[in-house]
Amino acid sequence: MTKQATPTPSRAGAEEASSTGVIEKETVETADRAQLQREHEEKKAEQKGRIEELDAETLLKLLHQMILIRRFEEKCAESYSLGKIGGFCHLYIGQEAVAVGALAAIREDDYVLTSYRDHGHALVRGTSPDEIMAELYGKASGCSAGKGGSMHLFDAEKNFLGGHAIVGGQIPLATGVAFASKYKGTDQVTLCFFGEAAVNQGAFHESMNMAQLWRLPCIYICENNQYGMGTSLERAMSLQDVSQKACAYELASEFIDGMDVLAVREVVARAAERARKHYLPTLLEVRTYRFMGHSMSDPGNYRSRAEIEKYQERDPIKLFTASLREKNILDDNRLAEIENEVREAIEHATRFADESPEPDPKELYTHIYANQ
Amino acid sequence: MAVMTMREALNQALREELQRDEKVFLMGEEVAAYQGAYKVSKGLLEEFGNKRVIDTPITELGFAGLGVGAAMVGLRPIVEFMTFNFSILATDQIINSAAKMLYMSGGQYNIPIVFRGPNGSAFQVSSQHSQAMESWYAYFPGIKVVMPSTPADAKGLLKSAIRDDDPVIFLEQERMYGNKGEVPEDEDFTIPLGVADVKREGKDATIVARSLMVPVALKAAEELEKQGVSCEVIDPRTIRPLDIETIINSVKKTNRVVIAEESHPFCGVGAEISAEIMERAFDFLDAPVRRVSGADVPMPYAKNLEKLAIPDINTIVKAVREVAYLD
Ligand SMILES: Cc1ncc(C[n+]2csc(CCOP(=O)(O)OP(=O)(O)O)c2C)c(N)n1
Ligand SMILES: [Mg+2]
Repeated sequence: MTKQATPTPSRAGAEEASSTGVIEKETVETADRAQLQREHEEKKAEQKGRIEELDAETLLKLLHQMILIRRFEEKCAESYSLGKIGGFCHLYIGQEAVAVGALAAIREDDYVLTSYRDHGHALVRGTSPDEIMAELYGKASGCSAGKGGSMHLFDAEKNFLGGHAIVGGQIPLATGVAFASKYKGTDQVTLCFFGEAAVNQGAFHESMNMAQLWRLPCIYICENNQYGMGTSLERAMSLQDVSQKACAYELASEFIDGMDVLAVREVVARAAERARKHYLPTLLEVRTYRFMGHSMSDPGNYRSRAEIEKYQERDPIKLFTASLREKNILDDNRLAEIENEVREAIEHATRFADESPEPDPKELYTHIYANQ
Repeated sequence: MAVMTMREALNQALREELQRDEKVFLMGEEVAAYQGAYKVSKGLLEEFGNKRVIDTPITELGFAGLGVGAAMVGLRPIVEFMTFNFSILATDQIINSAAKMLYMSGGQYNIPIVFRGPNGSAFQVSSQHSQAMESWYAYFPGIKVVMPSTPADAKGLLKSAIRDDDPVIFLEQERMYGNKGEVPEDEDFTIPLGVADVKREGKDATIVARSLMVPVALKAAEELEKQGVSCEVIDPRTIRPLDIETIINSVKKTNRVVIAEESHPFCGVGAEISAEIMERAFDFLDAPVRRVSGADVPMPYAKNLEKLAIPDINTIVKAVREVAYLD
């Protein structure tokens, strides 16, 4: 599993991209439909192979979670435009399979940390949509008491150690959480999610080194959606195979298609076993795509239509729905049921958030020190 | 003179200085193709090309240090932090390298670099994205710290900062990028660092305000005028070097001072100004110096709490009435 720590040539194109400044990317105007259809069929065939290993209930739960995130985020976009949500709001649409697949592979007592793009992770971790929406609305009943907002969802009961807004900031933190598990002698593992742009921070490299040096049970999951704000991976990273960065630290690593929820689950399960049994860290590069702008205020005109269409064709929910249908696990009725349940949950959450009171003014001065 | 926004004034200063001196270049996250997260560098990539307007990876410590190194051997970098919250990652190179290089090399290496970007609160972006960093940087000898409050000051001071031979921290404010004002279009227009500006003359009380608090203080002064209190509003514009003389002269005239700041009070710039006033003009004071600062808490997300954390017109009016013993 561990790749050899030999130097590898970077991907073609990296050479020119490594010069500073803009690289004019050739943008194909329209996506090749037939090609996309062929790819879809291939991906589905792969995913159907994995379906065998799981029971229908588990599979439908994964679908339910993915749809919950999708609809929740759509609601967030709407509420943001109504001014009910403020500040920065980063949506997870397109990346659902990553959080859903990964969190399906760990135990409830394991730990999870992520970046500011955190709504999906919190939802799957089991924080109630009510409390998440209330947090986004800046209400006292929010999961961070209205103090954190979209970028700082926390839920100690669910071992969800936060959304963090400094790019790369959560990586050393997660390493520390894993260190503590080993120190205490438990077999809990830590999942640390971050974007590919965070890989350029020193904090990432320093953490990889310590994790392997001290054999810490941490799984680093790079959600490679190929853009850090408006900057594409090629324009910011000399060696773009993120999983290969592990070689420098002798870490185990794998590359996964992040549009296939079952593929993600399978690989994270493997990494979790390694962490639990042998206190070994893993770096996973999960290739995905965000369908929306970087945040609600990003017009997103640095990507071509064709590129976005290509990935929409590979929509993780569309793929999984098709696979489940072909395996006769899902039909129209069941899908409608799921959509209904999700709609009700989100309506409830929105009402709850709307009706909850703002934080009491004296809360401004609470939570600064532990024993105030 | 032309009326323009703070954003446009900054853009003009950058453009003029890039034109004037080949050694000047701009680097930072999203400054080139995206034209700046807050569009301050709009059009610059197109005009100057990617040799001089450079998009960096998200790697603040790295590109800040790279800038300092380039400055050691003759270039004049302008490093943009998308916000100054992220400069925290780069403080090692700013403080341990840029601030100390000239001194520890016995005068051999000066560092002509500008670190600029928005500082302080924005709109509901919570604790990690709403920090006023001026007292951190002003603490260190070897660094200059500039905080403009009008488009004209922004342009004139940024041009001086770029021409300065020392490291300058240039703090903008996201909430102010859209503020408009008259700006001289003369390419030789500069404002020297270290010179305060009397934004409004008055005789009963002095309000010392910087950055975001200047327009707020001016509105408070208008309100106080109606209440029969004439306020002088002084904007130091540069925090280090600090033009304490202008402040002291005003205090000698009005005998009462309120210092308004967006930052936390503890170990803040207001505390420093207050100490200077105490040392130099104690006998002229008719009331203790009063600070109006941002709440001494991390910035909360909730709109109602955020509002309480930042001083407004009323808090300044109240403080001035207090030092004038009106209530
Ligand atoms: C240290 C730091 N620098 C810059 C930013 C501003 N910023 C927020 S998100 C982001 C892009 C991060 O991209 P990536 O890590 O790929 O995650 P993604 O947003 O794609 O999920 C940037 C530049 C920040 N929050 N922290
Ligand atoms: Mg990304």
